[in-house]
Amino acid sequence: MQLSHRVVIVGGGLAGLRAAIAAHDSGVKDVVIVSQLPPVRSHSVAAAGGINGSLANHPQGKDDNWEKHMYDTCKGSDFLADQDAAEIMAKEAILRIYEMEHWGCPFSRFEDGTIAQRPFGGAGYPRTAFASDKTGHALLHTMYQQALKRGIKVYQEFLVLKLVVKDGRAQGMVTMNILTGELGTVKADAVLLATGGAGRIYAHSTNNLLNVGAGMALAYHAGVPLKDMEFIQFHPTGLWGTNILMTEGCRGEGGYLVNNLGERFMVKYAPKAMELGPRDIVARSIQTEVNEGRGFNLGGPGGGYVHLDLRHLGEAKINERLPEVREICKNFAGIDPVYQPIPVQPSQHYTMGGIDTNIDGATRVTGLYAAGECACVSVHGANRLGGNSLLDTIVFGKLSGDALGKWVVGNTAPAGAEAALAEAQKEVEARFAELFSGEGTEDGPTIRRELQETMFVHVGIFREESLMAEGVAKVKALKARYAKVKVRHTGKFFNMDLMQQNELRGMLDVALVIAEGALARKESRGSHARRDYQNRDDENFLRHTLAYATSEGPRLEYSPVRITKFQPVARQY
Amino acid sequence: MENFKLRVFRYDPETGAAPHYDTYTVDYRDGMTVLEALIWVAEHKDQSIAYRASCREAICGSCAMYISGQYTLACKVQVKDSLEGDTVTVAPLPHMRVIKDLVVDMDKFWANYAQIKPWLINDKPDPEKERLQSPEDRARYHMEIDCILCGACFAGCPAGVSNEEYVGPHALVWANRFFQDTRDTANRERLEIVASEYGVFRCHTAFNCVEACPKHINQAEAIQDLKKAAMAYRLGLAKF
Repeated sequence: MQLSHRVVIVGGGLAGLRAAIAAHDSGVKDVVIVSQLPPVRSHSVAAAGGINGSLANHPQGKDDNWEKHMYDTCKGSDFLADQDAAEIMAKEAILRIYEMEHWGCPFSRFEDGTIAQRPFGGAGYPRTAFASDKTGHALLHTMYQQALKRGIKVYQEFLVLKLVVKDGRAQGMVTMNILTGELGTVKADAVLLATGGAGRIYAHSTNNLLNVGAGMALAYHAGVPLKDMEFIQFHPTGLWGTNILMTEGCRGEGGYLVNNLGERFMVKYAPKAMELGPRDIVARSIQTEVNEGRGFNLGGPGGGYVHLDLRHLGEAKINERLPEVREICKNFAGIDPVYQPIPVQPSQHYTMGGIDTNIDGATRVTGLYAAGECACVSVHGANRLGGNSLLDTIVFGKLSGDALGKWVVGNTAPAGAEAALAEAQKEVEARFAELFSGEGTEDGPTIRRELQETMFVHVGIFREESLMAEGVAKVKALKARYAKVKVRHTGKFFNMDLMQQNELRGMLDVALVIAEGALARKESRGSHARRDYQNRDDENFLRHTLAYATSEGPRLEYSPVRITKFQPVARQY
Repeated sequence: MENFKLRVFRYDPETGAAPHYDTYTVDYRDGMTVLEALIWVAEHKDQSIAYRASCREAICGSCAMYISGQYTLACKVQVKDSLEGDTVTVAPLPHMRVIKDLVVDMDKFWANYAQIKPWLINDKPDPEKERLQSPEDRARYHMEIDCILCGACFAGCPAGVSNEEYVGPHALVWANRFFQDTRDTANRERLEIVASEYGVFRCHTAFNCVEACPKHINQAEAIQDLKKAAMAYRLGLAKF
């Protein structure tokens, strides 16, 4: 099937929906979403704790303002965020949260009827607005409803297999209807990628099963650099075993982190902020406790853990503020946090880096935009604050949708786009034919598991030269083995074997970008913690990593960080 | 238990073979969910199985299925709780066209949801800040907003089986979510929709939806709320 649309948004999560709404509202008549999932299934739905904005609704937050939000974001980022972008996000936060409220988002409320806010890690004020512990679910459903109201068409369960770029200009994409297996193309005057993160490149991830960085790989293979990919967030509190997210809201509501001696150990690592230190610091503190023998299940299968203790909050507060946490603990760990501490371990959670864009969401390819977790503007730098990811999606979803809507007026896909698209479809068909006729001496799921373990161990919470170099070699070896993978199921309808072995190619390439970027960054900054270079090195590394695809693997370049208001200082919490 | 049997509904429109069940022996580990068992089979035994799954934490709604006689999410239910003897039986949600194996056609489900205008309608201009809403008013619809649109109630509803035009419990839950919201000003419009021929009065209060819901929503109660309001509206007994 050959389709043609003015604006094609790839991904139906919060960023994609918000961008589609913005482009639609800016007057573009023909905006469509192409999404691997029905929109409400996107991973935005699993965000739990909240969304940051200096609404100053909390009794202890009356002095809060956007500038303080901006500062906390920059400090949290270990000063790698571009400060002009952080400023825009902090200012826009207030408008966008009110807008979501006007659109019906069921935020929790204070007694005076205002939107409730709670404290979150790394923030000087309680500025995280929330809808119990299902904020992502509340926002995503509200956003989807607004897209429905506008009649925005969604091609759901359509997979994008290749982004077509010719002469530095986006022309569209090759797609597959997942339900029928039919390949096709979508010509587009402008394309926006909003495909989410790459968490599943790692073992022990909180992410959904489909967050494999596919959109990042699409852009990377189309010649767009990936930025700051070495910065991977490990959330301090993944549920031990399944690594399902135990929201930062648990600590925002007053939960304790406790080691096997019964100590609130954060007093050693962040004496002022305690459990509400930023995520990179809290995750490392937990891992240090485990590594030094003060965790539970030491050396046991599934790794060590510490306790997240909510018992002192009481049943009523847990039911009101953290009902999903209680439900998840019961269903997936067989424990009730009202009566028992929760076993938690640091778990891969977020990709700070992503497709390099400017503040308008525009990439270096004309007509190609990106927003949300797949993009890197950058506002999160080396460590994202909890509550800033939902915010990133709706702020930069809107701004990029606005910019794209404005740009696309008078810009249509160049002549010859159809030919380029047809050729690209042939390339995809050839790639599939190779997968179907592979030697089959290697097994895709095995390579995937080895990749995930390799990344967790070699480019994980604590890093060092030899460990990472070995990791790079291992990923390269896996890439070589991938050439011998064979897709065993040849059916057309909902062929998961084909989809998974196909996406593995992108996972391996993005993994290499992460590992090479980490190896080259000889300092510790935010989530990138090296035992061999323990300090931040602003002189040499206050700069963004840009990774370009070449036939030999990623080529690294660097670009300056935009500092406007706040000179980098040492981070203390 | 070292292993158990996973009996999976199979249908592939390409092969022309009749729908049937295939049974696989699966290595068991403590805490294994039915979704993990399906993934294990797809990775180790049979790459041709099709199922929908994403978040694996019971919030995205992808993996609603009919498992050992229960409507549930495959990610949420433990193998040990789904065993019938030594076997767990996994079937697609019933009453919808099977596309392949456990994947069903949900177009009608989504269309019905859109039909009840599931978005906030407020005819006054937006204020500069948030519209105020007390915690008590917010609690009027807090049950409904837990819906993840998984389709379990829709598939399990006998009224929907006997009348394909019935919008279904999921759509009515969302209708009530907005009807109960003090910020929504479209009460009459909403009652017109739900009191139509294919709305609330098609519900025979069989409570299958309540039984089926993996998120503990009482759809029957939401529908009764709407029925009462629709009656009062039609008979002119109350102002809306």
